[in-house]
Amino acid sequence: MHPKEPETILDTFPRLLQSHVELRPEQDSMRVKDLGIWQSWTWAEAATEIRALACGLANLGLKRGEKMAIIGDNRPRLYWGMTAAQALGAIPVPLYQDAVADEMAYVLDNADVKIALVQNQEQVDKMFELRERCPKLEHIIFDEPRGLRFYDQEYLHDYKKIRQAGVEYDRDHPDFYDQEVAAGSGDDISIMLYTSGTTGKPKGVVLSNDNVIITARNGITREGLDSHEEVLAYLPMAWVGDNLFSYAQSYVAGFCVSCPEDATTVASDLREIGPTYYFAPPSIYERMLTQVMIRMEDAAKIKRNIFHYFMEHARKVGVKILNREPVSLKDSLLYKLGNILVYGPLKDVLGLRRTKLAYTAGEAIGPEIFDFYRSLGINIKQLYGQTECMVFICVQPDGEVFADTVGTPAIDVEIKIDDNGEIMYRSPGVFLSYYKNPESTASTKTEDGWVHTGDAGYIDDNNGHLKIIDRAKDVGKLNDGTLFAPKYIENKLKFFSFVKEAVLFGNQRDFSTAFINIDLDAVGNWAERRNLAYSGYIDLAGQSEIYELIQDCVNKVNQDLSQDSRLGNSQIRRFLILHKELDADDGELTRTSKVRRSFVGDRYNILVDALYSGQEECHVETQVTFEDGRTGNLAADVRISDAETYPVKTPSRDAA
Amino acid sequence: MSERNLGEVILAVDNISLSFGVMKVLDDISFDIRRGEIRSIIGPNGAGKSSMLNVINGFYHPQQGSITFKGETRKQMAPHRAASHGIARTFQNIALFKGMSTLDNIMTGRNLKMKTNLFWQALHIGPARAEELENREAAEKVIDFLDIQAIRKKPVGKLPYGLQKRVELGRALAAEPDLLLLDEPMAGMNSEEKEDMCRFILDVNSEFGTTIALIEHDMGVVMDLSDRVLVLDYGKQLADGEPDEVRANQAVIDAYLGVPHEEG
Repeated sequence: MHPKEPETILDTFPRLLQSHVELRPEQDSMRVKDLGIWQSWTWAEAATEIRALACGLANLGLKRGEKMAIIGDNRPRLYWGMTAAQALGAIPVPLYQDAVADEMAYVLDNADVKIALVQNQEQVDKMFELRERCPKLEHIIFDEPRGLRFYDQEYLHDYKKIRQAGVEYDRDHPDFYDQEVAAGSGDDISIMLYTSGTTGKPKGVVLSNDNVIITARNGITREGLDSHEEVLAYLPMAWVGDNLFSYAQSYVAGFCVSCPEDATTVASDLREIGPTYYFAPPSIYERMLTQVMIRMEDAAKIKRNIFHYFMEHARKVGVKILNREPVSLKDSLLYKLGNILVYGPLKDVLGLRRTKLAYTAGEAIGPEIFDFYRSLGINIKQLYGQTECMVFICVQPDGEVFADTVGTPAIDVEIKIDDNGEIMYRSPGVFLSYYKNPESTASTKTEDGWVHTGDAGYIDDNNGHLKIIDRAKDVGKLNDGTLFAPKYIENKLKFFSFVKEAVLFGNQRDFSTAFINIDLDAVGNWAERRNLAYSGYIDLAGQSEIYELIQDCVNKVNQDLSQDSRLGNSQIRRFLILHKELDADDGELTRTSKVRRSFVGDRYNILVDALYSGQEECHVETQVTFEDGRTGNLAADVRISDAETYPVKTPSRDAA
Repeated sequence: MSERNLGEVILAVDNISLSFGVMKVLDDISFDIRRGEIRSIIGPNGAGKSSMLNVINGFYHPQQGSITFKGETRKQMAPHRAASHGIARTFQNIALFKGMSTLDNIMTGRNLKMKTNLFWQALHIGPARAEELENREAAEKVIDFLDIQAIRKKPVGKLPYGLQKRVELGRALAAEPDLLLLDEPMAGMNSEEKEDMCRFILDVNSEFGTTIALIEHDMGVVMDLSDRVLVLDYGKQLADGEPDEVRANQAVIDAYLGVPHEEG
């Protein structure tokens, strides 16, 4: 933090922008790889772009309080669009770019969007498709003109033309922009983020400038970040985390944000940028680890042995060294050698060589994965957050990182557990309301500002950290009264690299059962090694060798569960490997890749019945939706397998 | 598509006959290609489609007939003249440099655009440097256009078949041709790869106005893409016209449904 910055007045994004123009005009604010070369804009250049765009938007009729949708991959012009709208007192509403037109139509209409700033032809086509249903949508602005040369609708505009009109408008009204910025305040609505809606229609979370900026600043203070961080913006702009890490915190601290060239080049762009501050959901860390392991299995024997030797050493002392705990001189020297031979090059390949701080959140992360990265010396920590408070609720403090907790409350955040075991919090980041939805607002936020998270958890007595078990509404009971926490068990299954997704059933049933999605990369590689031929997911998923492989995983989870007196009876008795991968396009996952358990249960109720009726095999036909919105049919005979169960350890003398 | 405003004739083939010994591969073929159109040549195996392309870009020399390209009439083309006058092509079997990266392969398509001599290029100074930058930018635009950024630095030999085909199209595009000859660009592709390739062919045609001559097996693809279709069978010209006319032509239906020929 820079103590000299007059914090009191930096309460809106255009003002933060102005402060960087004064403090560090020549420092890069934004980068994007275009035609194979990183192009950058300094804070001063970005401010010029934003001023021109804001004037252009005003010229197009965007006024204080009106909404502008932002749809596309992470692109500098889309981020500038956010600030430009905020400069006018208008409200940016970023949408998930891979949503189909139907899903977008609801949000655009619900949010009263007047202008949509979109990336490319794909998004423009969607806007045309839904325009009739969204009469309030007046203008569409596109960033990339490719494929749009024959589109001549008068409500469709090229970004460059809007910008040019803005330059002229600014010349004719030289005081306009500054007056608009001066009229903003910390109480104003900063942004509306639609939650992906695990249940029902998405809700627009209304956040004020104070919500966003104070929370962003608290996060920076707690972790000691500054204007020299490097960040890669590659997660959807509509997600609160991207808004915090790639936008709000960049504006508060003044660090540079880089946008990847393309969704397919993220891994190599990550390596070129070498972020110092990085966020990824557990699935990405998992995938990176899986790829490293597959590559090592294919490497020459000597390389493989060196790798395994030093990784073993890192497992032993790496985490201690990261936590600055004392280790013997020999171990320390060996770790330094390993750093030259293995850890350093490996981190370089992963793009994490310079990473000082890496966060993960959203789902539980497997302890092995977590420890793998930490033992390499990457300070990866879990946090617990929600859109409703601009992310931060709890963060793991440095040196107190445990795989099964989410840490202690972030700065200015209070938490408590209510009588039903639900976690509640209060913070300066707590949202104003759900847009046009007072009932939901009232049921989520209490009079005195406490927010229901919907998550069940407790504070660990040993270390004071918050521990989360499951969604409060998902925690159920088996018929014999055993606590049934599906997510907790699903996560245990997903910690195996062969299991990509798991869906547990058991509430108000006699025992637990599971649907499994295998991980095509990991299982496919395993199969190739054993010369098992397969034509694709559906074929591989039905093979008996694969059933044995997965049964092993399920047995291990059962063994693990049997150690827990409270959850021990919810061991998985029967399971099946699903004939298709769960997909957000079919509504089976949310856009943030979380399983919609009850939807899946309804959709495949024939399979659920088969699990409980003792059948060995079940024929199922499923409708699938392709990326372009067309549908097709998928039929399969799904096998059902039994798993081993183990006697439950009773809570006797050595209960853990 | 027929309502599209097509330009003047860019290439005219008049009464071309080609034989290898007693084997008559092309027999008195005449057709033209107009600027800005997508022109397809279809026909069963061995109909003479690839031979026709090879005649156009000068690889085969016909015994009879003439070729008029951009107003100049010749008895036969020479491959180097075809290339330097703006004809680029892709091959039925991929003909890329397998050990080189995607970017380098596409850069080879710029070869004819490079004017500086070996001396300057070796030193990489002065005009050669400026030229290299210009050509690299053109190659990068092709990469961006074909959406192959992720494989820019990968050796093409390691790429899946569909992507190799795309790289080959990229190399042809890098030459900024007036006439692009595509020899079975969709052979061996799955339906998703085919759809992508169709999209790119249409995009090339509409974004750069490139004239395209296409050989293809897949009738569905041809009928959707083409402005006009020429049908060959055993070296003879069976039909020539817009897709709907061709589809209704009895001789074409017979050839495709396999009605026995008199001599067989």
